[in-house]
Amino acid sequence: MQLRSLGYIVGALFFLAACESATMQDSAADGSGKQEMKDGGQMAAPAPRPQSPPTGFSIAEGSQQDFVINVGDRVYYDFDRSSLKPTARTTLEKQSVWLKKFPAVQVTIEGHADERGTREYNLALGERRANSAKDFLVALGINPSRLKVVSFGKERPVALGHDEASWSQNRRAVTVPTTGLPGS
Amino acid sequence: MIRTICGHWKSLGLGWIIAAFMTVAASMPALAELRVDVTRGTVEPLPIAVADFLGNGATASQVGRDVARVIKSDLERSGLFRAIDSKAFINPEKSLDSLPQFSNWRVVNAQALTQGRITVEGDQKLKVEFRLWDVFAEQQMIGQVFTTVPSNWRRIAHIIADAIYKRITGETGYFDTRVVYIAETGRGDRRIKRLAIMDQDGANHHFLTDGSSLVLTPRFSPSRQEITYMSYHGNIPRVYLFNIDTGRQEALGDFPGMTFAPRFSPDGNKVIMSMARDGNTEIYSMDLRTRKTARLTNHSAIDTSPFYAPDGSKIAFNSDRSGTQQLYVMNSDGSNVKRITFGKGRYATPVWSPRGDLIAFTKIAGGKFFIGVMKPDGSGERLLTDGFLVEAPTWSPNGRVLMFFRETPLNGNRGKVSKLFSIDLTGHNEREMVTPLDASDPAWSPLIP
Repeated sequence: MQLRSLGYIVGALFFLAACESATMQDSAADGSGKQEMKDGGQMAAPAPRPQSPPTGFSIAEGSQQDFVINVGDRVYYDFDRSSLKPTARTTLEKQSVWLKKFPAVQVTIEGHADERGTREYNLALGERRANSAKDFLVALGINPSRLKVVSFGKERPVALGHDEASWSQNRRAVTVPTTGLPGS
Repeated sequence: MIRTICGHWKSLGLGWIIAAFMTVAASMPALAELRVDVTRGTVEPLPIAVADFLGNGATASQVGRDVARVIKSDLERSGLFRAIDSKAFINPEKSLDSLPQFSNWRVVNAQALTQGRITVEGDQKLKVEFRLWDVFAEQQMIGQVFTTVPSNWRRIAHIIADAIYKRITGETGYFDTRVVYIAETGRGDRRIKRLAIMDQDGANHHFLTDGSSLVLTPRFSPSRQEITYMSYHGNIPRVYLFNIDTGRQEALGDFPGMTFAPRFSPDGNKVIMSMARDGNTEIYSMDLRTRKTARLTNHSAIDTSPFYAPDGSKIAFNSDRSGTQQLYVMNSDGSNVKRITFGKGRYATPVWSPRGDLIAFTKIAGGKFFIGVMKPDGSGERLLTDGFLVEAPTWSPNGRVLMFFRETPLNGNRGKVSKLFSIDLTGHNEREMVTPLDASDPAWSPLIP
């Protein structure tokens, strides 16, 4: 499950990169995206997500890509904090709208921490972050039975650098649709 | 793989090792004893000559060289001994049946001399005789005979090194021990982690899990061949027991949230751990016989990394209830919680010394990580080592050495290297433990019974 969701995220990033270089590839969500991850290692800083799909490329509404690219699947936290920043609230509001539109979708919210804490404390911190995102979605009217949480502490960094630019990307909660996607 | 380990452990049973004591020189030394004080800050290593053990034939001679090599390596890694190069030896004795020529050993500056003899009797029996001499007092300090199965030769070498360490320092040794840890490969969010076990010198290395599930933070049982650890098996993060003899793994308890940070109680009958649920992390204990659980903390903060005092009466843990991670001590029933750290920075992973007199910890301050020790009331803080990331100290069973892991960043966003290190309580003698892969989360076993 974890690996598959990563594939999608990576695929989405590849897609953004592809937009910039104006070369479209329909298969971007799969193998080629993984290759980029392997070679590039560190992902770029959180890229601004387009408000609507670029012309000439169609993302199926209610798909994993739709969620990642058009809604935004992740929110970021300050160091050793689990409170939601205004940008995080905006993202979660968009997630709640999307989740209401596709009421069969179930998600897992993955909480993560940067490498600047001890392993066990960071597991607890990741759990706290995932729950801060969950609580906000519940407050926005999403049924808690649709929302699972899991913490990975500092075990699953997406950025491999050892500076604030990387750490800020790793302190995150990622909402991952697991089942109930239309057409799947 | 499991079967190999099982066989290996079973063959280590006490029944197979028979130790006897013998004394060649009758009178005990009246002079100042040959002694190393391990509590001093810097110790000049004691020069010791470890002669190859003699053997009755080619096989026995090879075992004799191997035993001497393992003893030498144990003693040298302790930082308290310097093994004299055997090329400098002058006419080393060809027999164990007469007194050594002490004058020859004094010339090469040996303060202590170890000699031994290996006798292979058929396929099933190995006899190991060993003596430790005080070269200047011309006195025998130890004489022992072991009878065992041939495959146990390495363990006998560790037991002999422990005997030498104890006779000369007055402290119990720690060479006949093992280390369980997490072996790591791969980068970033694809990191693969496996439970692994090895002797304290890195020999007899085995993987205990295959890497299909993320595993973290193993700890030895003080009383059984068991490890408690955390696994993401089936995408459900929780605490498990691993039986080293049978390879059997078992989830501990049926908690409604993630369980993690497990440790055994000193009698081995309980596991304490954290459970996180709805954004709150508390400490629980579970009785392994009745499987009953009890919640020990009740606070909206993160309470984790619990560790029993060696007498079982108290538990140290870290909590961010003050706003940042600090160390606390409470009674083992959860009562009488007291904060013990007030210094600058964050404190984590308290581990009580087997002697009870110190707590080792991880500290984070000024963008660096430190390993340090303090008294259980929080006074007398002493930092032993630091780095970009050093974490998770674990004590040798004699409370004289700490092992921990150190992560070193690689340039150009290529991730990091993670390795195990040991360091003396004095802050000296930091050494890398050689492991086949990257390594983290070490846990030192008790002395093998």
